[in-house]
Amino acid sequence: MGDQEVKLFSLWASPFGKRVEIALKIKGIKYEYFEEDLSNKSSELLKYNPVHKKLPVLLHNGKPVCESLVILEYIDETWKSERSLLPEDPYARAMARFWAKFIDDKCIAAMWGARKNSEGQEEGIEELTEHLKTLENELKGKKFFGGDEIGLVDITADLIALWLGVLLELKGIELLTKEKFPRLCEWIDDYLDHQIIKETLPDRETYRDFLLKAKF
Amino acid sequence: MANEVVLLDAWVSMFGMRARIALAEKCVKYEYVEEDLRNKSPRLLQANPINKKIPVLIHNGKPICESLIIVQYIDEVWTDKPSLLPSDAYQRAQARFWADFIDKKIYDAGRKIWTTKGEEQEAAKKDLIDNLKVLESELGDKPYFGGESFGFLDVALVTYSSWFEAYETVGNFSIEAECPKLIAWVKRCLERESVAKALPESKKVVDFVMGLKQRMGI
Repeated sequence: MGDQEVKLFSLWASPFGKRVEIALKIKGIKYEYFEEDLSNKSSELLKYNPVHKKLPVLLHNGKPVCESLVILEYIDETWKSERSLLPEDPYARAMARFWAKFIDDKCIAAMWGARKNSEGQEEGIEELTEHLKTLENELKGKKFFGGDEIGLVDITADLIALWLGVLLELKGIELLTKEKFPRLCEWIDDYLDHQIIKETLPDRETYRDFLLKAKF
Repeated sequence: MANEVVLLDAWVSMFGMRARIALAEKCVKYEYVEEDLRNKSPRLLQANPINKKIPVLIHNGKPICESLIIVQYIDEVWTDKPSLLPSDAYQRAQARFWADFIDKKIYDAGRKIWTTKGEEQEAAKKDLIDNLKVLESELGDKPYFGGESFGFLDVALVTYSSWFEAYETVGNFSIEAECPKLIAWVKRCLERESVAKALPESKKVVDFVMGLKQRMGI
């Protein structure tokens, strides 16, 4: 596709940043990676994402794209020849977008709720349980959310596959078990076993240590 | 194939209005169903069991939820009329980014204006104006956010304008004084039949909000 300069500004520990890396790798796109330091944001980050000053930021031929889900759709639409991240059918696309939004809006909020101490935590866990049940149902009859292959929703759910498990373990919350969520746990195993996912996500220990140090 | 289109909605919802505008832009015939949000119908609960919210577009029996997802769906299905989303992938990403910004920043600030008082309300007013100014700057000198043509991002934001007078009345401030170019853009959009028909009169929204405040005791 000629001159394609692709740069990614991200954080190794960010599930949002990892989503973009997974997508780039699935599409076989070469990119330059820049690790950011949130305590000392680079001038590039402030230049390319002046509105939110957040990561990840994808730079394509000098033009920035921000917000992980927006970036994923951009990657899918720009590099069409490789595997699609979103289905072709408009209804299936709408469903994929719905589930991605559900994960980002509802599950993340519930995960934060589960972090709090005392009362807030109970409510957070209740909410999280409800959302996980919803995802468990959605997975019935499918290997991945995207069907036979990983798609937009699976990529978005990277935080369920890795981050949630580590967070719950650190907080001593037994929620994401095979007894309670058999399909979801199976999906996590299949997902984390996927070649590209294995290559891209940090391993559990590294991430757990990072969270411990950050006094999450 | 018969195209059966139903929209479960509520007249005052800026999210529902987006679906109405998109359907009108594409000249889609549909059945409008006004939901009572204090007494949600079994139909709504079945169509959107997860969020239980409007709008829900039901196309040939299949429900689509979340207003921006609905607008994109309408754009992708009814392709015989001009696209709402830009044809260029980068421009599309920009439109989606800003639509996401609107829903993250404008909605909360607006809601806080009519549900809080004192310092919290003042902070919300400042927040709303600051974020509207960011959008105004993004609009620049273009007639529409989409450039020469009315598009996705215009649809996403213009519906909030029906609530501006309500915010201004409760908060005692003027959005036009702070963001004249944005209000000029609103007026331009209101010249389109799809927008004029979808947006309720501002006064009706003011009355609605006042009534809601009274019922909620705030």
